[in-house]
Amino acid sequence: MVENQRWLDIAAHIVLILGVLIVAFPVYVAFIASTHEPSAFIRGTIPLLPGDNIAESYAGVFRGGVASQMSVPIGVMLTNSMIMALAIAVGKIVISILSAFAVVYFRFPFRTLAFWLIFITLMLPVEVRIVPTFQVISTLGLLNSYTGLTVPLMASATATFLFRQVFLTIPDELMEAARIDGAGPMKFFKDILLPMSQTNIAALFVILFIYGWNQYLWPILVTTDDSYQTIVAGIKRMSDVVDSEPLWNYIMSVTVLAMLPPVAVVIFMQRLFVKGLVDSEK
Amino acid sequence: MQTKRTIFGNKGLPYLLLAPQLIITGIFFLWPAAQAVRMSFLREDAFGMSSTFVGLRNYTRLFDNPEYLNSIKVTLVFSVATVVLALGFSLLLALAVDRMIRTARGYTTLLVWPYAVAPAVAGILWWFIFNPTIGIMPYILENIFGYDWNHALHPDDAMILVVIAAAWKQISYNFLFFVAGLQSIPASLREAAAIDGAGPLKRFWTITLPLLSPTTFFLLVVNVVYTLFETFAVIDATTEGGPAQATNILVYKVFQDGYVGLNFGSSSAQSVILMGLVICLTFIQFRFVERRVTY
Repeated sequence: MVENQRWLDIAAHIVLILGVLIVAFPVYVAFIASTHEPSAFIRGTIPLLPGDNIAESYAGVFRGGVASQMSVPIGVMLTNSMIMALAIAVGKIVISILSAFAVVYFRFPFRTLAFWLIFITLMLPVEVRIVPTFQVISTLGLLNSYTGLTVPLMASATATFLFRQVFLTIPDELMEAARIDGAGPMKFFKDILLPMSQTNIAALFVILFIYGWNQYLWPILVTTDDSYQTIVAGIKRMSDVVDSEPLWNYIMSVTVLAMLPPVAVVIFMQRLFVKGLVDSEK
Repeated sequence: MQTKRTIFGNKGLPYLLLAPQLIITGIFFLWPAAQAVRMSFLREDAFGMSSTFVGLRNYTRLFDNPEYLNSIKVTLVFSVATVVLALGFSLLLALAVDRMIRTARGYTTLLVWPYAVAPAVAGILWWFIFNPTIGIMPYILENIFGYDWNHALHPDDAMILVVIAAAWKQISYNFLFFVAGLQSIPASLREAAAIDGAGPLKRFWTITLPLLSPTTFFLLVVNVVYTLFETFAVIDATTEGGPAQATNILVYKVFQDGYVGLNFGSSSAQSVILMGLVICLTFIQFRFVERRVTY
């Protein structure tokens, strides 16, 4: 604190409180909407105070079916999202840590080329190569499968770079000592590198879990079969009803449930989350 | 490129370790990208049975196409508005948190969680609030300002909606990096300026803002990339590019023309242009953004 200026402190608190309110407002509105009956939305505007239909709204989306305008019960969508998020997070970490190990601890022909090939993945987001990627997936018969949902998203330059940085800071002496003691590369990797990178792995896992959970375009491209529907991609279909009034309480229940797991991860693992975010942008 | 002083001597093992990464990159990144380049020079007939080489025709047609030119303009407006709103708002919050001592952690927790909300969900949330029939904002606008909000009909309303949704989602990310940037500015500099009689505003303009510029520049690049590519879901969940192309940003148009409209040649040409754009941005990010390494 440079100097004591009361009005500045008060102004700062006002800014922050307003900020928190603005940031939370849409979620509050969604949650309140999920506690009402469908009929509450027919007269005028969205209610701003909680209703008494919360149990029925959430039970309804778990039952699924015509009553809640859901073709897939939410349990299936949540399971799919969880599988997708976990598989992508674990897959990315495993694949990247192995490549980083290869690039840092070995010297071999085409090493620089391999490094650049990994780097290129940064430059080709799915969004810009939609049609050809879709064709590749369908040629390989990966539409409507967990393999198609997860494997193509597992290559990652950022994670590889992160582990490369981590390995470069590990003292050379450790590896020399391990070699003198007769440890081979994989033993060194398992017994020294992995334990030493634990916190980085955990931090990255938090970021990648959120990344996997929040995928939208990819599940839309790869799945046509409802049983592979993920929750984030599924909300859109629910809100798209054309021939009848949308049942807002159910739609907003699904929205709240779609946010819950990743938001809980950020709130309860804030320290790891911040570390992961800062690490992966180095 | 950097390696260790001593290395393992195995010949085959490094290739084995790299194989999963390279195979996935090859099949799902490089091959489709190459296909996009190839298809951008071809024109398929209506049944997809045969294709002919048309040179740069797909590209030249794009730039004669008023819809594509409009999409470029829309993307610019959307990008600039979202980046300015997201950066400005989060800088304000970061400056405020930087003054706090005991409450900083609590406020931070309350401000960072939107990072975890999917762009598509962010879109749905704001779309609900701005819903013309039952939304709370149109109600307020109508009754207090007499403004008839309808993002399904008015192009400007639709643009405002997608900008707000996209910026809201990005606030927490920018906020965290601004806070980290502010904390790395030595307190002694600000104290010295205060002793010399510089007020809070003067200190902000002459010390804080210049010393924060590496962070700001880094965030600028990241946010531009975000608005250009990751906002696909925000658009798709709210306006679907409408009304009358008013929010049809470039990345959404690739999807609409290719996946929905099945115009592969044109969509591929657009893909290639966007890839060029990402390559430039990635280059800028790695070439000019200061490495903030703190070991």
